[in-house]
Amino acid sequence: MTAVPNLAVPPITGDATLRSVHFRREREGTWRQLEELLTRVHDKGLSGLAAEELAVLPHLYRATLSSLSVARAISLDRALIEYLESLVSRSYVVVYGSRERVRTRISDFLRWRFPAAVRAARWHLALSILFTLAGGVIAFEMVSRDSDTYYMFVDASMASGRDPSAPTSELRDGLYEEQDFNHGLTYFASSLFNNNSRVGIMAFALGFLAGVPTLILLFYNGLMLGAFAALYDSRGLSVDLWGWLLPHGVTELLAIILCGAAGFLLAHALVFPGAEPRLDALRRRGRQAAEIVLGAVIMLFIAGLIEGIFRQTVTSLTVRYGVAGATALWWIVYLGWFGRARARLEGAPWR
Amino acid sequence: MAVARYLDRQGDGVRRREIVTPEGIPIQFTLASIGERMTALVIDIAIVMGAVLATVFMAAIASPGKDEWISALALLLVTLSRHFYFAFFELRGHGATPGKRAAGIRVIDARGGSLEASAVLARNLVRELEMWMPLTFLFASSVVWPDAPVWMWVVAGGWLIVVALLPLFNKDNLRVGDLIGGTLVVVQPKVQLRADLAAPTAAKALATATRSTYTFTEAQLEVYGVYELQVLEGLLRGEAAADPGAVSTVADKIRTKLQYTERVPLGQDEKFLADFYTALRAHLEKRMLFGKRRADKHDRAR
Repeated sequence: MTAVPNLAVPPITGDATLRSVHFRREREGTWRQLEELLTRVHDKGLSGLAAEELAVLPHLYRATLSSLSVARAISLDRALIEYLESLVSRSYVVVYGSRERVRTRISDFLRWRFPAAVRAARWHLALSILFTLAGGVIAFEMVSRDSDTYYMFVDASMASGRDPSAPTSELRDGLYEEQDFNHGLTYFASSLFNNNSRVGIMAFALGFLAGVPTLILLFYNGLMLGAFAALYDSRGLSVDLWGWLLPHGVTELLAIILCGAAGFLLAHALVFPGAEPRLDALRRRGRQAAEIVLGAVIMLFIAGLIEGIFRQTVTSLTVRYGVAGATALWWIVYLGWFGRARARLEGAPWR
Repeated sequence: MAVARYLDRQGDGVRRREIVTPEGIPIQFTLASIGERMTALVIDIAIVMGAVLATVFMAAIASPGKDEWISALALLLVTLSRHFYFAFFELRGHGATPGKRAAGIRVIDARGGSLEASAVLARNLVRELEMWMPLTFLFASSVVWPDAPVWMWVVAGGWLIVVALLPLFNKDNLRVGDLIGGTLVVVQPKVQLRADLAAPTAAKALATATRSTYTFTEAQLEVYGVYELQVLEGLLRGEAAADPGAVSTVADKIRTKLQYTERVPLGQDEKFLADFYTALRAHLEKRMLFGKRRADKHDRAR
């Protein structure tokens, strides 16, 4: 059953039978076996096959592929060629459909593919950081000079009372408010993770429009942050604000910036494809960008947990800054150094 | 590595695409139609919605009174399924989500390589922009943005139309996600091996005798080419069997053309055609071995 099929072209025999008939008679068993395995994969997935059947599947596929090219050369039986074509394309989908298990993929992704994808996009990342920073600095300067400009950058629903008309004590209390765990969790699921992941994915997908919306999104994100910072700074609450913001903000901001970098990758491929055809460039960078976005969504999940649960229950400034520092250090080490050896070994996986 | 070519060989309006496998052998896929893709999409969206609703409903029954937990769970589920349902199932199911399976279509790599996880991710993350955002705006804008101005609907509707129609405006029916992921959506081919007409066993099924009763001269076998052979194959397989008299009509025509002198008894036309098919195929296949492929009866070049 599991023997590797004979690939030789059948010899010319003395009897009157056609060579193509002879050929079919000799190979048909292989095709039927492949067909039977495929039917089971179609019904139950790869788990429907025993280990040895799984091992023989690629051999059967290649044997059938070679049958097809022989058949095209020697046979004029249209039904046979059509059968082989559809059998080959069906098994092609299975053989080249997915090489590794989902679990291997996830661990590969976390161990090296994600950090490698980020490192390969360092200039796009720098651009992304630049636009966020520019927005932040501009808004900070403007709001510091004239607090009324605050309303230009932060709309009322976003500010929810945290605006220049609020008394300092209220602003301070907002930063140290304790909430119960359940509320924190709901808050996490609804506004934080849901909204942030959507914004992040949009920042990536909008890169398809030459990156202009991505750029605006990042810049606007920076503006809001700068305006907030200026407001709290004017009341002498800077240290408290950053203590409130950074424990989750390090992860969250970085994730949004990464999504922006992913958007710039798409824009790069579209606007400056270089020597490659535009579609090839888009496909290559699109894949790299997708991995960055997946990583960023995971980061947003973590940030949401920190924000929804940790921040609402821990009010000590030292602990808050400790956590902020630790997450910053972790992401720098992880994104900067994880999987370097493996990435060098495998080469850029986006082709 | 592999370069894909376009084919519209049969001229029947069905779009085909040739993929060169990593082994270097070209194989053909039929591109999925817009209708098939819409069917798949509707089924998938129904599954996502149904699964989320069912989970929330069961959670609500299991723990009454804890509304916050339930809404948290629901939102988390919606977020995860909206971003990852398609990618997850396309990775697990060899390029087919449950909806695509039902519609009989699949995602493949457009250049013939294996379907990479990153390609699947890329093509599905873009759905956020292509599908979910405009859909949310059209059907649930009061939740997302309470007093959304009218122009927002116009923008969302316009965007949805532009993106939804994009597959109509390129020859591969690609959507934005396919462009970014470098993928194609094709019809899952059907497989059925039918009997070989030239094999003795098959001939037995078609006619009473196993051996050829009718013989043909070399000159008579030179009249037709591959195209005619395969039309004859279709006739013998009963593909165009609308007209019961077709067999004798064709047999008469062939006999006239060949100037066939041997008498064929009444009711033996099918046997005559089967014998002619076998003889012609043997002849043409032999020529093919010497590199002389004769396309049809007008092909006199070699």
